[in-house]
Amino acid sequence: MAVDRDTLFDWLLRLGDNTLVLSHRVSEWCGHAPVLEEDIALANTALDLIGQTQMWLNLAGEVEGKGRDADALAYLRDAWDFRNLLLVERPNGDFGHTMMRQFLFDAWQNVLLARLKESTDQRVADIAEKALKEAAYHLERSRGTVIALGDGTGESHARMQSALDALWDYVGEMFLDDDVDRAIADAGVGPLPSTLRGEWDGIVNAALNEATLARPDSDFAQTGGKTGRHTEDLGYILAEMQFLQRAYPGATW
Amino acid sequence: MSNAPLAPVPAGKDRTRPDDGARAPLTPDHVWQLLDTVPDPEIPVISLVDLGIIRAVDLDGDKVVVTVTPTYSGCPATRVINEDILACLHANGIENARIETRLSPAWTTDWISEKGRAALLEYGIAPPQPKGIPEACPRCGGRSLELTAQFGSTPCKALWRCNDCLEPFDYFKCI
Repeated sequence: MAVDRDTLFDWLLRLGDNTLVLSHRVSEWCGHAPVLEEDIALANTALDLIGQTQMWLNLAGEVEGKGRDADALAYLRDAWDFRNLLLVERPNGDFGHTMMRQFLFDAWQNVLLARLKESTDQRVADIAEKALKEAAYHLERSRGTVIALGDGTGESHARMQSALDALWDYVGEMFLDDDVDRAIADAGVGPLPSTLRGEWDGIVNAALNEATLARPDSDFAQTGGKTGRHTEDLGYILAEMQFLQRAYPGATW
Repeated sequence: MSNAPLAPVPAGKDRTRPDDGARAPLTPDHVWQLLDTVPDPEIPVISLVDLGIIRAVDLDGDKVVVTVTPTYSGCPATRVINEDILACLHANGIENARIETRLSPAWTTDWISEKGRAALLEYGIAPPQPKGIPEACPRCGGRSLELTAQFGSTPCKALWRCNDCLEPFDYFKCI
């Protein structure tokens, strides 16, 4: 069963907006990370994510067919048109908090991209194949950092536990199915998000165990990002990210 | 346009095609040779061909289509690479050329040629290894190595240190 254009467009925005907003958040560390090597690593992670954004949003623009490219979609939409998960717009907090958010996302993105490689839409499968290699490297790093800091000093352990507790409410949205997801899954374009949970749990539980961190009990999930209802934090991100193109339309390097 | 004669090839740029007007027809091999002279903009000791990102060269009459695959999806060198390819072809009289980007199969460091690996090593960058870590220090050959950071000065590299000579060095990440 084929998926209609609007649904595919909306779903592609979810993929592209996740990497776009997370990329912006991670890039906020540039010049501020605790040590030079971590600064470089964070900037490179942001760079990979922005590259993936270009692929997803260019495809979204192509599917939409109204002449919008990745730049137009990134710079000229307002908050309610963004389809990213709330998790990725959460403020950075301290370095450990940023790496915990990255780990929770990386684990999910790896499971998701592996499934998208089997997409019936060849364009989606091609992007997933490319992005998965980068995502695997990101996961290796964020997983290692979460374990090192969780099983580190008393101070680093306490900070990682507090990051995990604070971010846990934003985990559930990654596995929530809605009508867009069901139409995409029916067409074989992508998996139902709920079917990613088992594998994600496996990756996360093993790492938290090694990190001596306690997985929170709560199943409560903050939701709304996938349909454009965001926290106020997204507005601040967009104000910074979009200012130049809003103030000087069409400005180029 | 398609019947217009190609501009003369600058002296020294090309020894495979005569300059006497009786030009040999353009061949993919010739284009491959030209592309092998284009350096990677960030690691100039290795050519784009040795890096393994040129996936195909197709000819349609005198029109050249070069298929390129990106190393990392966000690598800022990608645009420069495309410009450098076209500039090289134009400088060699091939005006009618365009670039196609291909994502799948995704680039792997397995596609770096032996010549390219040797050039990286000579330059001080440890070439990628199947087990994911460098084999030896590119400066002293030492085997006692330590990871400093998973990322380096470009998306394709990580930072390592040799415990024998204590020098830091770049390792070309294996993907």
